[in-house]
Amino acid sequence: MDIFIQQLINGLVLGSIYALVALGYTMVYGILELINFAHGEVTMIGAMVALAVIGAIAGSALDLPGLLVVLAGVLVAIPACMLLGFTIEKVAYRPLRRAPRLAPLITAIGVSIVLQNSAMLIWGRQYVSFPPLIPQNSHEILGAHITDLQIFIILLSTLIMAGLWLLVQQSTLGRAMRATAQSKEVAALMGVNVDRVISATFLIGSALAAIAGVMVSAYYGLAHYYMGFMLGLKAFSAAVLGGIGNIAGAMLGGLLLGVIEALGAGYIGDLTGGFLGSHYQDVFAFFVLILVLVFRPSGLLGERVASRA
Amino acid sequence: MLDLLRRPRTRSQARAALILLAVLLALLPFLTEAALGRSWVRVLDFALLYVILALGLNIVVGYAGLLDLGYVAFYALGAYLYAWLASPHFGLHLPFWAVLPLGAALAGVFGVLLGAPTLRLRGDYLAIVTLGFGEIIRIFMNNLNAPVNITNGPQGINLIDPVHVAGLSFGKTQQVLGLTLSSAHFYYYLFLAFTLATIFIAYRLQDSRIGRAWVAIREDEVAAAAMGIDTRNVKLLAFAMGALFGGLAGGLFAAFQGFISPESFNLWESILILCMIVLGGMGHIPGVILGALLLTVLPEALRYLGDWQRLVLGEVLVEPTDLRMLLFGAALVLMMIYRPEGLIPSRQRKREFHAEDGVLEQEQASLYDTRT
Amino acid sequence: MRSAHLVGTILTLGLAIGLGGCGQKTETADGAQVVRVGSVAPLTGPQAHLGKDNENGARLAVEEINARGLTLGGRPVRLELIGEDDQADPKTATIVAQKLVDSGVAAVIGHLNSGTTIPASKYYHDANIPQISPSATAIAYTAQGYRNAFRVMANDEQQGRVLGEYAVRTMGARRIAIIDDRTAYGQGLADEFEKAARAAGGEVVAREYTHDRATDFTAILTSIKGKNPDLVFFGGMDPQAGPMAQQMKRLGLAARLLGGDGMQNLNFIKLAGDAAEGVTASSPGLPLEAMPGGPDFKRRFEAKYGPIQVYAPYAYDAVMVLVEAMRRADSHEPAKVLAELPKTDLQGVTGHIRFDAKGDTEGGAVTLYQVKNGAWAMLETVK
Repeated sequence: MDIFIQQLINGLVLGSIYALVALGYTMVYGILELINFAHGEVTMIGAMVALAVIGAIAGSALDLPGLLVVLAGVLVAIPACMLLGFTIEKVAYRPLRRAPRLAPLITAIGVSIVLQNSAMLIWGRQYVSFPPLIPQNSHEILGAHITDLQIFIILLSTLIMAGLWLLVQQSTLGRAMRATAQSKEVAALMGVNVDRVISATFLIGSALAAIAGVMVSAYYGLAHYYMGFMLGLKAFSAAVLGGIGNIAGAMLGGLLLGVIEALGAGYIGDLTGGFLGSHYQDVFAFFVLILVLVFRPSGLLGERVASRA
Repeated sequence: MLDLLRRPRTRSQARAALILLAVLLALLPFLTEAALGRSWVRVLDFALLYVILALGLNIVVGYAGLLDLGYVAFYALGAYLYAWLASPHFGLHLPFWAVLPLGAALAGVFGVLLGAPTLRLRGDYLAIVTLGFGEIIRIFMNNLNAPVNITNGPQGINLIDPVHVAGLSFGKTQQVLGLTLSSAHFYYYLFLAFTLATIFIAYRLQDSRIGRAWVAIREDEVAAAAMGIDTRNVKLLAFAMGALFGGLAGGLFAAFQGFISPESFNLWESILILCMIVLGGMGHIPGVILGALLLTVLPEALRYLGDWQRLVLGEVLVEPTDLRMLLFGAALVLMMIYRPEGLIPSRQRKREFHAEDGVLEQEQASLYDTRT
Repeated sequence: MRSAHLVGTILTLGLAIGLGGCGQKTETADGAQVVRVGSVAPLTGPQAHLGKDNENGARLAVEEINARGLTLGGRPVRLELIGEDDQADPKTATIVAQKLVDSGVAAVIGHLNSGTTIPASKYYHDANIPQISPSATAIAYTAQGYRNAFRVMANDEQQGRVLGEYAVRTMGARRIAIIDDRTAYGQGLADEFEKAARAAGGEVVAREYTHDRATDFTAILTSIKGKNPDLVFFGGMDPQAGPMAQQMKRLGLAARLLGGDGMQNLNFIKLAGDAAEGVTASSPGLPLEAMPGGPDFKRRFEAKYGPIQVYAPYAYDAVMVLVEAMRRADSHEPAKVLAELPKTDLQGVTGHIRFDAKGDTEGGAVTLYQVKNGAWAMLETVK
């Protein structure tokens, strides 16, 4: 039983991270119907920038408390990523807004490659370690271990998601976003500045990516210029699982994917009598994803896609 | 010359252009080897292989409008089947003409297996399911070395038989009719033959009833069904046909390389092939061919960045290996922004894209669209 | 019009490549003959840090030899290292191999991964060019019967056997859990470890798997914890081993962590933080500190390129082995060098290098290290 609870905790922490990154995919998709492939890379840049700042402060004479140093890193990473997201949209996606659907997908892949290789040139090819600034107090619940950082990750993700949901549902900007998602033309007629709304979406998504990036590197203790790829892929899968374009869906999809992966890796061996082991963890995750989509073709919370008529 | 091929003024001009092209293709490996070295003949070989792959994926994505991100799975299946039936791994050494069709057929069957459960999915949901399928196949290939050793896991399968034709092994450098032909040369001609056959089939498919049905589904599935098209079977056929070429290319790859391991069949390969067709001009055969050639040659050409720097600047300022992939990514972005409809789009796509007409514009906006 | 434009672009591209190729010199200004040596490793992608490390190791050796001066057949010779990126991709590896063969390299140091070394070896073999891999450990590489293929690193079987026996006999492990990263390296090492550990009387209670880009191991570690092992063996590299050590600690998994050369490096200690303490790992050869010239090599390397990742000393030794063979042959001609390579008997910075009939290192020692006070401390060397 304690093992099961531990696996659940493992999955929830992993899932919270997926969910936070998935939000960036889902917001952009909801409005532009574009898979922003470069979003994983923005997350990576967030982690790298924060680590550079943290490294600089830690290396200087300043003797600040660890959490404050991390906070400083986050506070620099957020505007850096926002600027990056804003630029990516302006340079790579805006000129293609009226192009066939797949054209911006290719530029997104191109941007991804450029960001990865730029990060490689700037921060080097090595794995960068996250200095041990965050105390790792461990608590025991029913025989399972959970650290402060893990609790913090779950709480922060939930808070951010709730905030985002409120923003989209209640604020003027949120209304403009929903209107743009419905129809750019009509929204424009109603006085919505579509370009500005799309820019805002990228800004918010990139800020979330920065937070997620720092969280990932703090939790796992490392950052690397290639880290965005796998993270982005998993987060995108999570967004689709939940129903892409839907904020609550991204949260649900992320948490579910995290738990599925943890339970898959933990129990697949016992379930199949040792025939399949934890190396089939991703097979298991994708299998669940495919199964869900076969029965609910637009994800768990996604709106029914109306057939074109 | 290409102009002449496309719009020949007279029949004899057309024939002359065709003969010129044939001679050029026949001499290409020798010219390339003389000018650039044998490694470029290998690049040519891979370029041809990717033309086959891109044309295969083009059937699924370009014609039928089904976004497939797991295409590499079929490539892997073809390659592994070849390795199983023609290597010391199981001690089987069947000839290539027996193995290649089997590999293509196996891939085709898997194409239907993938297609069947995904018929209801559209757009990006389909993309993620096919992506998952590609990863599932790769993970199985990477792990099926225990409890029974089927794929030899991450270690890969080595010493795969090269193609033999009339007692001639394509794996070695040999003298034929007074010419020194390396393995790269032999495979160039083999791949060229298969590429030409693929191009021929792709054209025939495009102009056939099925080809028109695919385009009809891409443009409007409901209308296509209303016109009496059996959308289910026609979609499955698209998956199967696309997979067939993937499997064929996989078999050729295994024979050519002599060694396969799961790292050759990762998601990046699928993405690269998709880039080729979108960049070249989706759904348009010359565009797809150009895209495949360009994206195979470009990363290799960028290896010479150091030499160019030395030539122009007199010294190497930036290590070419640092810049190569960066420039590749930038080139993808720039080419797409410069020509969003692809480098050589079909006439129809071009018209749609540059439409002044509101109706046409709306139509192109909803191309490959999931929403109304 | 447009297609004419296109043809023009392609021709220009071809010409540029051709011209670029002509830019290479065969003689330096002072009349020394230029001998090219290839170095291939992934320089982009997830393993680029290892690839660059290999190349830097080889580069340092080449620069030092040039500085000292090399004379072959009565003529001064200048070595030139051509670094190429194989992206850890088998297909790209064969293109690069052919490119190096075309450009007339005298030998190749590489590749880094087994998955690229094996397909590429065919082309070096056909051209009869010596290939010395600093880091490929798959048994299959030297089992192909190629007389031009060598490596200066213990293969999976050699290192896995030492580790398996050490775990059971010296560390006293009874219940062993094994994790590998499903790469040719990790899986090969873990399989050989498992064989040796079982043979020595250890019980393997869990066999779990991850992949080489994973950062989260909590699920498999939790499952391992349920099996109560006293030792966890990991076949893989430091970017995974570091977080793995941390997560073991966080989950309260008390078993000791043991690994191979892929995690016996500084980066592991940095990534694992205080969880690194007490972790044991092996490395083929002798410790740099114990080798004549070892500490000096380390100082020179780090002054120039920063900390050693993993395999730079092996790449350095690979070049030294090659140059020694050239000296004995008094020539850089591949055929003559190949005749001398099997007779290698060199005191390198990683150990004493001799080759067996297959091209593997002969009777290579494997040294075990443990992290003590934030640094790798040598435990013992096993022959």
